[in-house]
Amino acid sequence: MTKKETTQSKPKKEKKVHIRMGSLERREALAGLTFMIPWFIGAAVFLAYPLITSFWYALNNIRITPMGKTFRFLGYGNFTQILLSDQQFLPDLVDYIISTLISVPVIVVFALLIAMMLNQKIKLKGFFRLIFFLPVIIVSGPILGMLNGQNAGSISALDTQAITQAISSVLPAIVAKPIGDVFSNMVTILWYSGVQILIFLSALQKINSSMYEAARIDGASDWECFWKITLPTIKPMIVLNLVYTTVFISNNDQNAIIVLIKAAMFSGTSEKGYGYAAAMAWLYSLVVLLLVGLFAGVMLIRKDPYEQEVKKAKRDMKKEKRQLKRMRRRQARNAKKYAKLETKTVA
Amino acid sequence: MQRNMQSSKPRLSPEERQIRVDKFKKFMMGSKEKDGFLKMFLIYSLLICIGFIYVYPILYMISSSFMSLDDLLDSSIKWLPSSFRLSNYLQAAKSMDYGRSLWQSVVIAGVTTLCNLISCSVIGYGLASFNFPGKKVAFGLIILTFVLPSQITMIPTYVLYSNMKILGTLWAFILPALTGMGINAPIFILIFWQFFRQVPRVLVEAAHIDGAGYFKSFFRISLPSAVPAFITVALFSFVWYWNESYLTELYVHGVMTESGWTTLIIQLSNFQANYSTYAQSTGAGATSLNESISMAGTLLSVLPLMIMYFVLQRYFVESVDRSGITGE
Repeated sequence: MTKKETTQSKPKKEKKVHIRMGSLERREALAGLTFMIPWFIGAAVFLAYPLITSFWYALNNIRITPMGKTFRFLGYGNFTQILLSDQQFLPDLVDYIISTLISVPVIVVFALLIAMMLNQKIKLKGFFRLIFFLPVIIVSGPILGMLNGQNAGSISALDTQAITQAISSVLPAIVAKPIGDVFSNMVTILWYSGVQILIFLSALQKINSSMYEAARIDGASDWECFWKITLPTIKPMIVLNLVYTTVFISNNDQNAIIVLIKAAMFSGTSEKGYGYAAAMAWLYSLVVLLLVGLFAGVMLIRKDPYEQEVKKAKRDMKKEKRQLKRMRRRQARNAKKYAKLETKTVA
Repeated sequence: MQRNMQSSKPRLSPEERQIRVDKFKKFMMGSKEKDGFLKMFLIYSLLICIGFIYVYPILYMISSSFMSLDDLLDSSIKWLPSSFRLSNYLQAAKSMDYGRSLWQSVVIAGVTTLCNLISCSVIGYGLASFNFPGKKVAFGLIILTFVLPSQITMIPTYVLYSNMKILGTLWAFILPALTGMGINAPIFILIFWQFFRQVPRVLVEAAHIDGAGYFKSFFRISLPSAVPAFITVALFSFVWYWNESYLTELYVHGVMTESGWTTLIIQLSNFQANYSTYAQSTGAGATSLNESISMAGTLLSVLPLMIMYFVLQRYFVESVDRSGITGE
């Protein structure tokens, strides 16, 4: 928005003093950089430096002695040890991946449903919003742990035991366990959707109602309106919510892996310690980034039909050009060949 | 369409009856102006059911926190305890050292929130109203810091803090918060960025013509108009720092060395150990740990935030709308 306005205001001033404009821009850039100073310091001290150092740590075995830290370079030794001989890390990681893959879409779809219902003309809207937002205040690792520990996190009316048994009889144990966990802690998983509901709700309220009216006039049903108007309009918010939910679940204390990393960090055994924990953290972070990328990618991969057509047309044009070029080149080559042959025959 | 269907059926019934059927159908299925009864009924019942499921753990927590051991074991008592016992709360509060941890929770969350407000508003303003080289890179890095798990930078930061001798003090939380690297700070920066973009540029330019510098126009014009963003960020920052246990335990509470700093949430996560030391110290006076006491402890640790939520509910619920995360 700011860009547009600066370009609009440019031509007026440009006529008179051109050099001043450049200095103003430079001054603005300087002011912007001044405002950003805190962030630059933070990015250097709390992002760049730790990232590089933790990568260095991950390649080393670090032991803490009274004299200080002693480093022993291992290369990728930490990683192979974690992946091949750690009893807990890999199963926990698989658990985490599967439960995230299940619970994130569940949370986002659920949030969208609730937001759609709250967006109708209903009474007590404020009251319902109050209830659905309440968990945001409460959700934290230890409290969820307490509630899940007392089995307050499961829907008692739903016979979750039967569902988990049915699942575990069909699927292998490594997949069935996280799915069962998702079902038995359904309420606390739904509790993660407070912020998402509000984001969806405010996005839904901002959709222009004349779009729906136009669609109605053209004979579209509610169902069609939802798929053709609502969903495409709030697509950016869906991506936002998917990413937010994934990050939130990954940073939650209920996540077994981050507890494992902390335990490895302070473990007294000779092969574990800072280096081992750093290697774990790197593996875990890669997985989280992949998951976020996956969710964002799935949503963003399908482009506008218009853009698709444009892209296709451009590709076709390029192809045609290439073919034309090739044809011309061939013609030229052939012409040369024939010219040579002719000269030979003449000779 | 309904009319067509009605009229196409060759019925012998009088017109009045037809009108009544029409009316009934309109009532159930709805018309263009008004939603029908069936739809409304479905929506309300779904909302109430899901709302109940949402509140269920809290209700469970409240009801079982009052129960005595006999009530817990008695299968005929499900929701209402035979007598309202407050001793559970007393024991839980004593074992959590409630007064001290409450005060320290408030200090930790409050101070870091203040730092977050200062740093994120300045950074957000810098991003929103100036063009400078490397702006896109900065944006990308801010989003990356949000997605990247804190575990990856945790170990070197821990070492850094211990070298600076600020491990186990509040400074370990203040420093990242002051430089826009606190917990969930990228979200707050983006909220401020979105908000400052909406401040009319004309106002700022007018101030510049009147002789105000960049900082003066920031303090005098942009900041006063961003009150809703400040409220939103303050609320969320407070709640998220309050509920943070992983990093608080690492940096401020101290894993290997007890620093004296603690929060309600950390006390709750160590509830079992805390309670057993408390029970030993008091001797015969305390009962052994049971479900009611731990539920009472859980309720006690969320109670301050719940009170805050119900007092400030309007700001919480409208926060997302006001902050403009979802665009114009």
